[in-house]
Amino acid sequence: MGELKLMKGNEAVAEAAIRAGADAYFGYPITPQSEVMEYLALQQPHKRTGMVLLQAESEIAAINMVYGAASTGKRAFTSSSSPGISLKQEGISYMAGAELPCLILNVVRGGPGLGTIQPSQADYFQSTKGGGHGDYHLIVLAPASVQEMSDFVKLGFELAEKYRNPAMILSDGVIGQMMEKVELFEQQPRKTAFNEPWMVTGKSNNREKRVVTSLDLDPVKMEKHNYDLIEKYKTIREKEVRFEEIQCDDAEYILVAYGSSARICQKAVELAREEGIKVGLFRPITLYPFPEKAIGMLAQRVKGFLSVELSAGQMVEDVRLAVNGKVPVSHYGRLGGMIHSPEQVLCAIHEFLVR
Amino acid sequence: MDINTIIKPENLVYKRTECLTDRTLSYCPGCGHGVIHRIAMEVVEELGIQQDTIGVASVGCSVLAYDFMDIDMTQSPHGRATAVATGIKRCWPDKFVFTYQGDGDLAAIGTAETIHTCNRGENITIIFVNNGIYGMTGGQMAPTTLPGMRSSTSPYGRDVELMGNPIKMTELVAQLPGTYYATRQSVHKPANVRKAKMAIKKAFENQRLKKGTSIVEIVSNCNSGWKMTPVESNKWMEENMFPFYPLGDIKVDGQLVTKQ
Repeated sequence: MGELKLMKGNEAVAEAAIRAGADAYFGYPITPQSEVMEYLALQQPHKRTGMVLLQAESEIAAINMVYGAASTGKRAFTSSSSPGISLKQEGISYMAGAELPCLILNVVRGGPGLGTIQPSQADYFQSTKGGGHGDYHLIVLAPASVQEMSDFVKLGFELAEKYRNPAMILSDGVIGQMMEKVELFEQQPRKTAFNEPWMVTGKSNNREKRVVTSLDLDPVKMEKHNYDLIEKYKTIREKEVRFEEIQCDDAEYILVAYGSSARICQKAVELAREEGIKVGLFRPITLYPFPEKAIGMLAQRVKGFLSVELSAGQMVEDVRLAVNGKVPVSHYGRLGGMIHSPEQVLCAIHEFLVR
Repeated sequence: MDINTIIKPENLVYKRTECLTDRTLSYCPGCGHGVIHRIAMEVVEELGIQQDTIGVASVGCSVLAYDFMDIDMTQSPHGRATAVATGIKRCWPDKFVFTYQGDGDLAAIGTAETIHTCNRGENITIIFVNNGIYGMTGGQMAPTTLPGMRSSTSPYGRDVELMGNPIKMTELVAQLPGTYYATRQSVHKPANVRKAKMAIKKAFENQRLKKGTSIVEIVSNCNSGWKMTPVESNKWMEENMFPFYPLGDIKVDGQLVTKQ
């Protein structure tokens, strides 16, 4: 068993990043995720592993520092919360275009605009559908516990590097701020040999120069690049879908929820089952790729779905596409930083599913 | 005398630096970028640091700099070159990292990145080509466009009452403690080309000594954007740009230069 600690979700991310052998963190403070950099600063990761830590002058600068670091083949990451992630979208689009790996943590808060500092899931569209300009996707992981905040750092880096694509941990103010027991994985060594043919490391005498860019003025070449990206996303959709089914085997109705919503829905499933309503919980772990096939399979044998989100109805669109009209799909959400109680979800089950 | 007796290594007085590729430059004839590319890469060659140099290309006319410089390069988003360079340099502190930016990139959209990179004393070299106009997008007003100067978005001349004042970025960042070397040069005459090259060399040598940020501004022409012939534009530059952007060192070895 690894080392057990009681930690905040944000702290677990920071500790996991050091242990995952990250080379660099560049960030800018914003509530509710500032503990990530605060924890790193306290840990002095340059002494522990040689990891670089720098507070940038803005979110825009931070993501572009990540872009620079990642272009050299280094394992770089950043974290922010909704308004800050909006600022980072420029750099994220460039990294997707230049096919650079990196990890981005979004501890979502209520919006739009400056919004609130309370938890929300209203950045679903922005995270899963691109977010910045151009045709691209991130690999999006949705942790529902502090344990997963830690585990998904390692997984996120690995997936990002496997596919040379930015990966995002889409968390929220609940998961970022709450404290739970977490089993930490062992310290991994930082990679020191950088030799992939795309990495900008200085042109040695025996090789061609390397260029990291998202630009090609020739639209024919740019279309091909886009098709190559689409092929990559197709592979990701085939191979990297992750989800959890809780009491779905005998379920007549399915709640679909991720992250903190899924935690609340787990209790709502218990309450519904006490009333004799056979409800199951389907928890997407990857929001991109979305587990559409698994939901499609469930749609063949259940009576209805309820997408429970801290948003006005964003993931429900993907659920509807996956269900493809076979059975009704409803949405229940709280907005702007409010979270639902298990009892409210139970009421929604009565209102939308069991009629 | 047979020509083959003349073509010998010991008779060679000039050649293209090996740090430039064979690609045809995409810049307008008469533009200073080609010369600035050449002297920057000559410096890299003369210092013998080709394999330890990483360049950051910016957005604007020089966006394709990586096609012409035979070194590893990362292309950065508009204005973010010094942030990208910071990420590279922090991860590779012993590599030589430089940005190649125009005035729109460095002095408008990238003002914050420029100031904070210099203020941190990031140990990089900034090559700042100032032609007072947005060349690539078709000659619009830049933050460095002179008062009264015409551009496609100041067609009656820059009215500072309406459009604000031009900004002297190099003087501005020279005030910051992290800026170790700030100088303004030009490449419109052979003597100036040599001075500009010495400035770039000094800026790279500062990196080797880990002294902090070096910025080399090169006031250049944009004959297309200025709608002049190359010869006219160089004359116009001498008469109008240099009085506002005077050539010479602004900060050397961490000390501001006091003008007599």
